[in-house]
Amino acid sequence: MTTFAESKRMPGSEWLKDRPRLLEAVYQGSEAGLRLFYPVLRRVLPAGWTERVFVWSEEVSKGYLFNCQMCGQCILHSTGMTCPMNCPKNLRNGPCGGVRQNGNCEVIPDMPCVWVQAWQRDAQMERYGGEIQLLQRPVNRALQNSSAWLNLLEGVDAQGPPGWSAIELE
Amino acid sequence: MANSDRTTAATDWESRSGESRLRQVLEAGQFAVTAELEAPDSADPKDVFANAAKLGDVCDGINATDGSGANCHMSSVACCALMAQAGYEPVLQVSCRDRNRIAIQGDLLGATALGVRNVLCLTGDDVSAGDQPEARRVFDFDALQLLRTAEIMRDQGVLLSGRKLTTPPAYFLGAAANPFVPPRDLRHLRLAKKIEAGAQFIQTQYCFDVPVFEAFMRRARDMGLHGKVHLLVGVGPLRSERAAEFMRSRVPGVHIPDAIVERLAKTPRKSKREEGIRICVEIIEQVKQIEGVHGVHIMAYRQEETVPEIVERAGLLREKPKG
Repeated sequence: MTTFAESKRMPGSEWLKDRPRLLEAVYQGSEAGLRLFYPVLRRVLPAGWTERVFVWSEEVSKGYLFNCQMCGQCILHSTGMTCPMNCPKNLRNGPCGGVRQNGNCEVIPDMPCVWVQAWQRDAQMERYGGEIQLLQRPVNRALQNSSAWLNLLEGVDAQGPPGWSAIELE
Repeated sequence: MANSDRTTAATDWESRSGESRLRQVLEAGQFAVTAELEAPDSADPKDVFANAAKLGDVCDGINATDGSGANCHMSSVACCALMAQAGYEPVLQVSCRDRNRIAIQGDLLGATALGVRNVLCLTGDDVSAGDQPEARRVFDFDALQLLRTAEIMRDQGVLLSGRKLTTPPAYFLGAAANPFVPPRDLRHLRLAKKIEAGAQFIQTQYCFDVPVFEAFMRRARDMGLHGKVHLLVGVGPLRSERAAEFMRSRVPGVHIPDAIVERLAKTPRKSKREEGIRICVEIIEQVKQIEGVHGVHIMAYRQEETVPEIVERAGLLREKPKG
């Protein structure tokens, strides 16, 4: 898994991060593609290999594009196609009150605030724009390092903690 | 402990288990004053009582910080419990930095059992801001998840796991807002989200820049937020231009315009303190005029003894209902 500093240097990734409309289209396309091919993959690949392939491809692709931290419960399309787990405080619901006057992070002074970028990018997005105002439930820490795609397809991350879900259903 | 003492303790609890007095003041439409307690670096309850005594007569609520600036002090639950015992109206600050969801939910129940009726949910300054930067940062929750969880416990009577509470906690729920840091033109959206997550009152970061605050309130009013939440503006006296420089460069999230720093620098040394108080009173008078402002939250760090003077000079003194 690449750290922020490393992948920041990866050629092209910063340019791509600032193309949220392109990224949301890719996101939408890959979700549809995954739903289509998942049943086939699961039949073709030997047991246990589907997850291995998924984890590996997410580490490579989302690692490059978003500095993915493999939380296993991706909400990129609701956060301006900007990975919220890069926030040192792991905030999933918007910026903290410590953002510096230049728009950089309280904790890592030379890194732009993840949420300042997320809000700017969300405003440009056509398909999922505005979803940034959704209240995101607490992170399921047990899903760390698992495949978010698999969790999505299998419905693993569809429900939050029981006490929380009761509210969501209302 | 004798049996009769235990009964007395239980009766004490009953008498303390009423509604939040801060809420009553705000809902009666009165202009509320809260202040921040200096949490002692001590294991002696007398230090809490001494610090609370400086504020108690002029405040509708006293906030106990939860390791402010990521520095260790007496815990907010303990400070609040002691204040409640002594008849003050404590506001429990809960930060996400040091405890995971299991510890936080337990503290919310415990603090309520000890007489706390107001809870302020915060993200928390990062560990790197404090004097033990090598500590592990937790941030299991963010401030909004904490708010909603506290609301679920109170209104649904369950823990996050779904397990039922025999007596749910009854508290007045608050959150922070910082209109003075980027992205300034979108900060009202975060306020809206906090209200949706359960915030009933808001205490803001230090306001030293009234025009920026006014712009924030205008956007909040456009969304109709001023009618949905009680907003208290954070204010505080600056001791000198050096204190101001320190705060704006070292304390996360504090914005102080150059004009204020220069005004203090130009003031002769002997009257700097007085000038700091004057600036604070002026800011209170200005924000008081803004529609949607329901009170002030005075953070007079290491000069709590100035709070009664500030309240009096700003014309906020009134008969407090005896608790």
